[in-house]
Amino acid sequence: MSDTTGLPSIDAVVIGASAGGVEALLGILGPLRKGFALPIIVVLHLPNERRSQLAEVFARRVALPVLEAADKMAIEPGTLYFATPGYHLSVELDRSFSLSLEDRVHYSRPAIDFLFESAADAYGPRLAAVLLTGANRDGAHGLAQVKRQGGLTIVQDPDEAQVATMPQAALDIHKPDHILPIRGIGRLLVELERIAC
Amino acid sequence: MQSNHPAGRNSEIELRLLIEAIYLKYSYDFRDYSGASIKRRVAHALNQFECNTISALQEKVLHDPTAFMQLLQLLTIPVSEMFRDPSHFLAIRKEVVPLLKTYPSIKIWIAGCSTGEEVYSMAILLREEGLLDRTIIYATDINPRSLEKAKQGIFSMENVRAYTANYQQAGGQRSFADYYTAAYGYAIFDKSLCENVTFADHSLATDSVFSETQLISCRNVLIYFNKNLQDRAFGLFHESLCHRGFLVLGSKETPDFSAYGNQFEPLVKQERIYRKS
Repeated sequence: MSDTTGLPSIDAVVIGASAGGVEALLGILGPLRKGFALPIIVVLHLPNERRSQLAEVFARRVALPVLEAADKMAIEPGTLYFATPGYHLSVELDRSFSLSLEDRVHYSRPAIDFLFESAADAYGPRLAAVLLTGANRDGAHGLAQVKRQGGLTIVQDPDEAQVATMPQAALDIHKPDHILPIRGIGRLLVELERIAC
Repeated sequence: MQSNHPAGRNSEIELRLLIEAIYLKYSYDFRDYSGASIKRRVAHALNQFECNTISALQEKVLHDPTAFMQLLQLLTIPVSEMFRDPSHFLAIRKEVVPLLKTYPSIKIWIAGCSTGEEVYSMAILLREEGLLDRTIIYATDINPRSLEKAKQGIFSMENVRAYTANYQQAGGQRSFADYYTAAYGYAIFDKSLCENVTFADHSLATDSVFSETQLISCRNVLIYFNKNLQDRAFGLFHESLCHRGFLVLGSKETPDFSAYGNQFEPLVKQERIYRKS
């Protein structure tokens, strides 16, 4: 299931980001061309969990269709999904979304761990997980779970991250497949899409 | 031979067996709950019960009803707050209450009331609108311990401080402290708020309709159900509601994609307030 680049064939990308995340995400997602065919699911921590214009902000600056992930919504190819503030976002085995209101994880709801762990269960080896800049430890366990289920793991180079805490926390417990700067992550997603589609 | 499909993994098989065992033994039906959330809670339970596998947990709860009661507390989510989403309650005040006032007597069903936060919120709103005396509230949940807590109406002061801001933003007309007595870090809510409240064990997964109602509030319960079970719940609500009755949901819940999509129409879509068509 891999080509000469050694990269696997995947069905979805999950991304977790916190402090500094908007800029990092725009750096990765902004250059993606129209027609990029993989679904991309993003948890971005926000200071005010009840208000979000994330989908609107990114819709203006990203070529992919952008949606807020809704409960029981089926995950479609070529779509960028954002977790809704105030709720945890999970992927079910049938590859649809579910929301929940369990306690905050690392003071966060949505938690990156919840998205990564559930997506790891649903997609197994056909998943790439990307952990970006942030000031807490969310996502580290989720990333390790993605690896255990055979998925591809990518961590933003902490030296380049606006806030190194979150990527460093992941590196402390897990050796990812790739440690890359933002531009490298963008290029890797393009390559993954080429292999998958 | 190993199955490549995720449903063929041992952990998935064990989870299904546990849920089946709970249903057969204790009649609590989690079979149509959303899997990801249940899985996390079972993983948490494995830690609490110091079990290495879900199978070990299954053996324990099958033979020990006390252990099952403990597990039930972990499987149901008592995460609630008073006047959660204040704009929702403000919209009920402005858009629903004037119509409720046209009924000589009112029956309200709060489905999945957990530890009672939604019940007290609704009762306070109705009292301020002069409707509480002619309203009967049925507050139902599957978790007997949550119902017991709801009946007691005792909440930590720390939480109540956060609810006070919600109450004010929700159009509250008095001082929130008028509704409770503070003692030892707890707020004991005014018992008269619950004079016309019936707390009852009821499952949206296995039980049927018990009364005709004018308004049903079921907030942040349906997100834990899969599509089948959501359809069942909407069916119960549709059957229970009177002609043009009101259904109010959590901020990310909608009947739109259910089998009952065209049988409810939005009254205040943004605030998830619907009417039976």
